[in-house]
Amino acid sequence: MASRESLIAYRVSQRVISTSDRRYAISDMPTMNNLFTGKLTRLVAFDPEKMGELAAKWSRDSEFYQLFDSDPTLPRNAKRAQEHFRERAEKDRAGDFPFLVQAPQDERLIGEGALMHAFSPHHNAWVAIGIGERELWGKGYGSDALNLLLRFAFQELNLHRVNLGTFEYNPRAIRAYEKIGFVHEGRVRRSMRRDGKRWDNVYMGILREEWENANR
Amino acid sequence: MLQQLFEGEKIRFAAFDAEKDAEVFSKWTHDPEFLRLTEYEAARPLAPFHIKKKFEEMEKDAHGDFYYFVIRTKEDDRAIGFAHIRWIEWNHGNARLNMGIGSLDDRGKGFGSETMQMILRYAFEELNLYRLSADTFEYNEGAQKFLLKHGWQCEVRRREAVYRDGRYWDGLAFGILAEEWQAANR
Repeated sequence: MASRESLIAYRVSQRVISTSDRRYAISDMPTMNNLFTGKLTRLVAFDPEKMGELAAKWSRDSEFYQLFDSDPTLPRNAKRAQEHFRERAEKDRAGDFPFLVQAPQDERLIGEGALMHAFSPHHNAWVAIGIGERELWGKGYGSDALNLLLRFAFQELNLHRVNLGTFEYNPRAIRAYEKIGFVHEGRVRRSMRRDGKRWDNVYMGILREEWENANR
Repeated sequence: MLQQLFEGEKIRFAAFDAEKDAEVFSKWTHDPEFLRLTEYEAARPLAPFHIKKKFEEMEKDAHGDFYYFVIRTKEDDRAIGFAHIRWIEWNHGNARLNMGIGSLDDRGKGFGSETMQMILRYAFEELNLYRLSADTFEYNEGAQKFLLKHGWQCEVRRREAVYRDGRYWDGLAFGILAEEWQAANR
């Protein structure tokens, strides 16, 4: 049962929504969080034009894309990348939710993140997150954005679990995922060859109840 | 002399022939057990039209990098199953295998084992891959035993990743390395 005070506050906030600036009203609501705003980051729309520019910029850093993806890493041209992301956006399957990651203090776009394959009879999805601005690595931006993606997965899409895969040579990511509550579920042995060595693919998963217990 | 890759003792590998095979494949999709043992997607019967469309979509999705075989009996040239390799990462020598024997009457006769031996040889001695992956489900004990028997190892157990018959089951990922296959076949 809601208290009388909170009901009044709720009515007041509803009135504010209809008459005034939505931004203030939503944060006034007693029970709902703003799904897209975390402590350090905000999830904003995936814009193919902006993503193309970012991909061109970030792809000059071969290490970033090697940490992010198993495809051969390549410097990318902004116009061609924009075309690629436009085409991909037109073919997006229902159940794919790409976002850009923004640092709210200066509105800079710092990374990308996505939930994929979320619509199936099995109530689970894959998540991916990457912070392209390397001077921001190790400062909690990726974890904050990943937590926003998980909140979206568990409290808006109402999924049962979320999967992710990363690489043995990315221990910083593995530690961050462990801290959020992801559980190691296995290693695909020697499935990558990079820098002249074989590495495992590391797979982790988190169930809704695990994430909710960690975020109570 | 090079070895014959498509001729086994009891079976052979053939190309998918939309005119002939779609009809047979459509019949298999009317058996929900076959679908639920091999597919992650919701089980549903597919008309020959949709079988053809699905094949074309898989081919397109793989950007042409799609090695698909229909398994036919040598005795009476019947289509009894399929085996395919896709999602090849050439830079890492890594790819994914999927296979199935369609009708219950054709299972337990060694057709699957021969298919596995031939597709592994194709993966490791023609595509020159370094490893293969294959997925199955906690409830498919037959597939798990089959994979272990052929030298695969269970590498990933995705907890509660599949919801069927009112409960969650683990999703399993198996793998085999070329060197393991070579050691066992020398």
